[in-house]
Amino acid sequence: MAKPFSAKVVTANDLLEGDVIYQTADGWTRDLAQAEVLTDEADADIRLIDASQQHSRVVGAYLADIANINGTPSPVHFREDFRATGPSNYRHGKQETQQDV
Amino acid sequence: MYNYSEFDTAFLAERNAQFRAQVERRISGALTEDEFKPLRLMNGLYLQLHAYMLRVAIPYGTLNSAQMNVLADIADKWDKGYGHFTTRQNIQYNWPKLRDVPDMLDALASVGMHAIQTSGNTIRNVTADHFAGAAADEIADPRPVAELIRQWSTDHPEFQFLPRKFKVAVTGSENDRAVIRAHDIGLRIVEQNGERGFEVIVGGGLGRTPMIGKVLRSFLPQADLLPYLEAIVSVYNLLGRRDNKYKARIKITVHENGLDDIRARVEERFALIRPQFQGVDQQMLRKIEADFAAPAFKSAPLDSYTQAYGADPLFRSWADTNLSNHRADGYAIVSISIKAHGQTPGDATSDQMRVMADLAKTYGHDELRISHEQNVILPHVHRSDLPNVHAALRAAGLATANIGLISDIIACPGMDYCALATARSIPIAQDIATHFDALKLEHDIGPLKIKISGCINACGHHHVGHIGILGLDRAGVENYQITLGGDGAADAQIGERAGPGFAADEVIPAIERIVMAYLDLRSDRLETFLQTYRRLGLAPFKAALYPQAQVNAA
Repeated sequence: MAKPFSAKVVTANDLLEGDVIYQTADGWTRDLAQAEVLTDEADADIRLIDASQQHSRVVGAYLADIANINGTPSPVHFREDFRATGPSNYRHGKQETQQDV
Repeated sequence: MYNYSEFDTAFLAERNAQFRAQVERRISGALTEDEFKPLRLMNGLYLQLHAYMLRVAIPYGTLNSAQMNVLADIADKWDKGYGHFTTRQNIQYNWPKLRDVPDMLDALASVGMHAIQTSGNTIRNVTADHFAGAAADEIADPRPVAELIRQWSTDHPEFQFLPRKFKVAVTGSENDRAVIRAHDIGLRIVEQNGERGFEVIVGGGLGRTPMIGKVLRSFLPQADLLPYLEAIVSVYNLLGRRDNKYKARIKITVHENGLDDIRARVEERFALIRPQFQGVDQQMLRKIEADFAAPAFKSAPLDSYTQAYGADPLFRSWADTNLSNHRADGYAIVSISIKAHGQTPGDATSDQMRVMADLAKTYGHDELRISHEQNVILPHVHRSDLPNVHAALRAAGLATANIGLISDIIACPGMDYCALATARSIPIAQDIATHFDALKLEHDIGPLKIKISGCINACGHHHVGHIGILGLDRAGVENYQITLGGDGAADAQIGERAGPGFAADEVIPAIERIVMAYLDLRSDRLETFLQTYRRLGLAPFKAALYPQAQVNAA
């Protein structure tokens, strides 16, 4: 039996700012909690293709595994945790401020 | 110091204008990321985990106060008020915005600096002994040759698309402080029968497949340097593998084809191209050498130094730990530790950069160096000025007396910043430094180099750390492998892996067990960690590191 599809978000870096962004139903957000949770594999593939075509907005789009807790995504892997938060040696990056794009 | 010619200035202006236009085309959508990426990498611009990162070359680690001040200004204006000095004598800015990068490059150009070839499959920033021109044990200053190589390799049309990146390091001293045996090409200035030349070492490197470089030529006459280098890189360019990124470095080319085969090919190529070098390069070298003429060293009484050394224990501790012998009477080389306990190794704030620039200008013949060990050097300070230098450094949080000690840790940015990293490095370094500072054991332990990499690419040189730490991702959890007995100095050696890795919270106790074992095992206080390790081998340290395994085996 095929492995069940685990929930994902589309994530990338913003072209101009370079920071981590997540795809929403109609755009992008800098806050993982606001990201669109993808629970269907075919849907996720289509959303990734859509993101990858936005050359003048985003860089390096990919699907990241998330834990879907009552519809709110949170990171599964520690790398995604750092991307969603910022570095651990200074309070820089997302942990400085949390705001929508 | 090298002074930019009109040609250099015009070249840089043209190059920056090109990149500005490339950035504009990327933003307008005229260039895709696939098209833009090689262009930005050629200009030192990466896209990392949280942001862009601009890697600025500090050629052979040398800069003056005006340049350091501009680095500080850039940190304030376009970054978050600090910069990160790297193991390749570069500085990295972790938070630039794409639109700002062309302005940052113009600011750099205003003081003769750039980010060209700090990335990509090109010949990278040439590194050198950070004590160059100052060390008491030096045959000759390696920087003129390093500058000649910088000029030769910058935009070299044959070498813009090498199989992989290519790193050259130069030292003028028997006592290797530039880790030349861990570079694609390592050059050591030597003398033979009164003639000056180079020992040429090839195929060293760390990373996934660590190798110590091998001697390709034990004596290369000075005038043959550029054609010989060109022959090596040319042979590599054709022979180096392009089918597998992990087998593309020259160390693998040398390993797979054999040193004798590579030597034969290089000599053949060298014979072919040598006649094309008709001495212009040597004329240029003479001019560069004049630029690097030693400063006018002064004579002054040493009373203030002697008095401070006798009366001020903090000054004495710092002087004992952070000073090295200078070739001029009355002078010392000052290593400024950018490793205050608990701080990020290699990070300096803009204010600290300005303090160091001011000290260089006032007391240090306007020279600064960046060491591959991520510290800043004032290469020429008269001992009578050291009390003033120390006081200013203390006020700026830069007087940590730990050079060469357990808290003087090399650490790559790791997963706190780097897109390639598999685990974090910085918090491990911070915790080790803080822990041993609290134990007040640092000076008792003595010389001990800990080097930490956050992935197998080994930017943190963990293979040549006396204690090396490699951060990996083990099933979604940070895990750290420890190697012991590595050494990057003249008798370079790759460390031995001690055994299974440790979870992040187990690393500090593991390091402590190794260090306590050393204190127990050393023959006397003068036997360093590395000497004890070489005398006794891995076994007693392994036993200390994995006590449970001993119990289980009993």
